[in-house]
Amino acid sequence: MRPYRDDPQRLRALVREDRVHRDVYIDPEVFELEMQRLWRRAWLYVGHDSQIPEPGDYYTTTLAREPVIMMRGQDKQVRVLMNRCAHKGAQLVSATHGHCEGGLLRCPYHGWTYRLDGSLRTIPLRAGYEGTALEETQAGHGLVGLADVVNYRGFVFARLSPQGMDFADYFAGSLSSIDNMVDRSPEGRLQVAGGVLRYQHDCNWKMFIENLNDTMHPMVAHESAAGTAKKLWAGQSPDAPKPMAIEQFLPFVNGYDFFDKMGVRIYPNGHSYTGVHFSIHSAYSAIGEYEQRLEQAYGAERARAILGEVRHNTVYYPNLTIKGAIQSIRVARPIAVDKTLIESWTFRLVGAPEKLLQRTVLYTRLINAPTSVVGHDDRHCYRAMQEGLHAQGNDWVSLHRNFSAAERERIAGDYNGTSEVSMRGQFRAWATLMESGS
Amino acid sequence: MNAAPALGTAPIDAETLEAFVYEEARLIDEKRFDEWLDLFDEDGLYWMPLTRGQPDGINHTSLFHEDALLLRIRIERLKNPHSFSQHRPSHCQHVLQRPRVETRDDEAGMYVLRTPFIYVEAQADDQLLLAGVSWLHLVRRGGRLRIRLKKVELVNCDAALPSIELFP
Repeated sequence: MRPYRDDPQRLRALVREDRVHRDVYIDPEVFELEMQRLWRRAWLYVGHDSQIPEPGDYYTTTLAREPVIMMRGQDKQVRVLMNRCAHKGAQLVSATHGHCEGGLLRCPYHGWTYRLDGSLRTIPLRAGYEGTALEETQAGHGLVGLADVVNYRGFVFARLSPQGMDFADYFAGSLSSIDNMVDRSPEGRLQVAGGVLRYQHDCNWKMFIENLNDTMHPMVAHESAAGTAKKLWAGQSPDAPKPMAIEQFLPFVNGYDFFDKMGVRIYPNGHSYTGVHFSIHSAYSAIGEYEQRLEQAYGAERARAILGEVRHNTVYYPNLTIKGAIQSIRVARPIAVDKTLIESWTFRLVGAPEKLLQRTVLYTRLINAPTSVVGHDDRHCYRAMQEGLHAQGNDWVSLHRNFSAAERERIAGDYNGTSEVSMRGQFRAWATLMESGS
Repeated sequence: MNAAPALGTAPIDAETLEAFVYEEARLIDEKRFDEWLDLFDEDGLYWMPLTRGQPDGINHTSLFHEDALLLRIRIERLKNPHSFSQHRPSHCQHVLQRPRVETRDDEAGMYVLRTPFIYVEAQADDQLLLAGVSWLHLVRRGGRLRIRLKKVELVNCDAALPSIELFP
């Protein structure tokens, strides 16, 4: 058999309209191609601009395993630079967050310096390069910067490949979920706050992303966690005030009907969100003062509309998922075909009572932490799939639930919440982004 | 500890306090979680910060920040046959350095002990090694010592971690 790289038809045949071949999850070559094609052509979430408020502030991370620096320039603009010295390749900065003293980056190895926009400033004993071809190479110019970077209301996205779709075309209407999260701040501003949870998963990145709009699993996988919480709380008198933790746990064991009626909305290019009509976050107790502040900022009608939008999970394919209703996000960082790091970040709604931050801090600990009982359930299921898919005899993973032939023409639209249409939408995008060529 | 003789109002000696710390870890390692939970005061808290020097667990995310209700949920879940992540059960072992009484207030019956530890949590072929310092804030109540706060400071609290399913 020829490798997938050299056999576009074999690669294309991994994805059918209602099922996918197990190799998309377990084949190391497919994973390498994903990193080189899909993850370079897609728009990836890099970080939030509140992490780097001042010129010279930086945040380091990886995009498709490539080390990058998100940098605030002297002109206040946010740039994304490859974290690789133009000389011999050493990472210029190694801290996760930092500040460039004197407005320049200096390599810790041979002392080459760069301006905050990545351009080369000085090389020690520069005369040694006279008469050489240094100027004709990237080394003579400085760091590689990404040309395609968009700061959307504080959320910084970048595309690694110089070719690909425009940001606005790629995300289209799905950006309304980010809008709703930002609008929930009376000042229209978010700040990263409350720390970042980093949770190692023994699974392919797609299993995590698919799960975010998988509404057929909570009542099964999370029965032991949320069901136990429900049972323990059942002994309380009905008018006992529910602790926030109980409010957050209980909806995970709502019935199939709840999740089905919640609805899912599909956008082109793999994006989608569950919770079109309501969600597991809808029944949280109101937090005094917050609604008033929102009304003062936006007027009663607009404030009601903002709070009335209580989406569950929005998937920004392939590396970001957000929960606007509780201002938290998760970022998938693929490491290997069967290894993925999931980061969970929370935000302060600037101008809102701190109780809102406390609510999201509690939620992310209960649900997304390496110590979370809900997280344990999910991680177990992902790993069980990762290992189970090595079984031969059935090469296909079923995505048939509520498939309809009408999706062939147009997949964007609203569907019942328990449909697997979001996964079919993701793989439709996958097939396009994995095609050979630039 | 339930079987231990009731404590009077006299100052509690270091040996008794140290024995409490060893017993607390042993109850976890032997999976006697109900007895372990019974060591906690009504308002007791089990806290594992996510960052060094983290001021609180309310405005900042932690790995654990569990009151009696959340600990009870966790412990009951471990007994639930549908806890799929425990079908290959996790096992753990604390190895403690000798605890040291950091502060004592005999009048109020309040004591703080500091115990460096190594903790192994194993599940099938995987083994997770953690280390850190555990702080036990104890109070004498109803003739016995109870935990007001167990604070576990991991050396690598901010690292990317796999699942921690038991109690370091």
